[in-house]
Amino acid sequence: MNTTLTYREALKQGIREALQKDENVFLMGEDVGRYGGAFAVSKGLLQEFGEERIMDVPLSESGFVGAGIGAALAGMKPIVEVMTVNFSLLALDQIVNNAATLQHMSGGQLHVPLVIRMGCGISKQLGAQHSHSWEPFYAHVPGLVVLSVGTHEDARGMLRLALQSQDPVVLFEYTGMLNLEKEIAVDSDILDISKGKVLKKGKDITIITYGTGVYKCLEAAAELATAGIDAEVIDLRVLRPLDEFTFLASVAKTHQAIIVEDAWRSVSISSEVSARIMEKTFYDLDAPVVRLCGVEVPMPYPAQLEEAAVPQKQDIVNAVKKMIHHD
Amino acid sequence: MLQSVAKALPSDQKQGLLLLYQMILIRRFEEKAAEQYSKAKIRGFLHLYIGEEAVAVGVIQALNDDDNVLATYREHGHALARGIDADSIMAEMYGKLEGCSRGRGGSMHLFDVSKNFFGGNAIVCSHLPVAVGMALASKKQKKSNISCCFFGEGAAAEGEFHEAMNLAALWKVPVLFVCENNLYAMGTALKYSHSMTEIEKKGAAYGIESVAVDGMDLTAVIDAANKAVQKVRSETKPFLLVCNTYRFRAHSMFDAELYREKTEVDEWKKRDPIPQYQQFLLEQQWITEAEIELMKQKIEHKIQMAVDFAEAGTWEPLDQLTKFVYSEK
Repeated sequence: MNTTLTYREALKQGIREALQKDENVFLMGEDVGRYGGAFAVSKGLLQEFGEERIMDVPLSESGFVGAGIGAALAGMKPIVEVMTVNFSLLALDQIVNNAATLQHMSGGQLHVPLVIRMGCGISKQLGAQHSHSWEPFYAHVPGLVVLSVGTHEDARGMLRLALQSQDPVVLFEYTGMLNLEKEIAVDSDILDISKGKVLKKGKDITIITYGTGVYKCLEAAAELATAGIDAEVIDLRVLRPLDEFTFLASVAKTHQAIIVEDAWRSVSISSEVSARIMEKTFYDLDAPVVRLCGVEVPMPYPAQLEEAAVPQKQDIVNAVKKMIHHD
Repeated sequence: MLQSVAKALPSDQKQGLLLLYQMILIRRFEEKAAEQYSKAKIRGFLHLYIGEEAVAVGVIQALNDDDNVLATYREHGHALARGIDADSIMAEMYGKLEGCSRGRGGSMHLFDVSKNFFGGNAIVCSHLPVAVGMALASKKQKKSNISCCFFGEGAAAEGEFHEAMNLAALWKVPVLFVCENNLYAMGTALKYSHSMTEIEKKGAAYGIESVAVDGMDLTAVIDAANKAVQKVRSETKPFLLVCNTYRFRAHSMFDAELYREKTEVDEWKKRDPIPQYQQFLLEQQWITEAEIELMKQKIEHKIQMAVDFAEAGTWEPLDQLTKFVYSEK
């Protein structure tokens, strides 16, 4: 049996279920309680779970992320919401210098079972300071688990698995997808947060993506199918530790790869994926890897420029056709 | 009243002597560490606690075993006062597997979960929010333990200090903030880094009770710390204790001390906490000169044993390089 729900509802179901299952889980973040969440993801949870479990916090990103780390060290299972990735740099010290290093510096004595949720990516014309795609920053750091929620199934299921991790997890959710409705199986469940996923099988080319790229690539693949091109689409899901086996196996089969992401092109996730393809499956390739990435400009406000700043479905379709037809 | 001038006796003679032992142990341990550093046995940054011993010893004696302690990168003294063995601290500074952090941390990152000792934190002020979070967990779990967080006055200029103070007061969590005001943030004097140089006054902005105490006088620190800990624990709320102190040595081993006069250092040395406290114990007739000598010999032996232990320690094999990045499933 299927159900239709928005990405927002899927996220909320995930949080709700986590709170129900474990008394040590609590949610804290800016405006998560009385306001109902800046994006209404946690609306109603304060009424359902009370102030102890749903904590509004002041605008102190470093302070409350650090407090989340402390609470995790002391046996709690905090879900810390940083309203958006744009503000997360104010907490970068805590995430990188503390959460990611404490286990190592203590010789394995400490663990930081903390989940930090962040709204990420472009929404609608929010300009240069509210439209960042900074998954690559976090994916650079050993000690962090970095997850990207590209589908409704993951929106509902990833948090539960993330909370089972003994290590700090940065969970990227996409504000631009909150209202997007999809039909998923009522009992759909995900089983792991360690692997990427083949979302559509194909034999002609591998399209590798994550986050906001996932549905765009699936739509592009559907259009390509009508043109007789059978594309395989992979959602990376786990940006660190990166699961290379899934995409390497696919590339070995299709012999062509294109990587799609909203993040800036230089030193990005696609840089890493492309390098690994080159290092590990070079002789399987029929053509150079192609990357479609964010244009290297602070996000402009005007809609037409914003749209042009990140890869769109048509860009993907065009790029794949060009690769297949050797134009 | 923001200045505390009261003094308190240790709970009994045995405890009184233990605190002297701890202060001398810290002093001699640090001197030996400097020596081993100059022999290149210890590397990286090394920050000595010499001159400030009364603060760690006076505050930590007020804590229970299940209280959490978080300290800075100048934390050898706190680790010793908390009861972490000198052997494992020295081995840690050598980078040996037998160190309290398996050699992965070094001088600035001493950890011992069995003592509830959570670093060894080397980003100034970064551990204050963590301490608040640990105290929040205690409150949520309805435990009676508190979190005690040491930091320098340099940290009080960081934004995280203010965030942590606000969160602690807002959430009413049992955290004791202990500011070790040694007057210099590396080489920048208090007056060049704070518009309000009386750090204890900063507590008021957050409704946090605060007191300043002479950090060179162990009996004064004991009194202030006992009262502060009692408040934090019984009223479940934060407290700011400022211990005015002085480091006799350079900031680290790479410091030519261009920023202060030698005469100033000499003046402070006249207030050395160890002779002061020894005098107190002698007057109290809790100890004799001969017993002090005996204690010092015992400490010399202990420190030599620590060096021998570290020397005999094991280098972690290279095939373990990537351990402790992610938890083993």
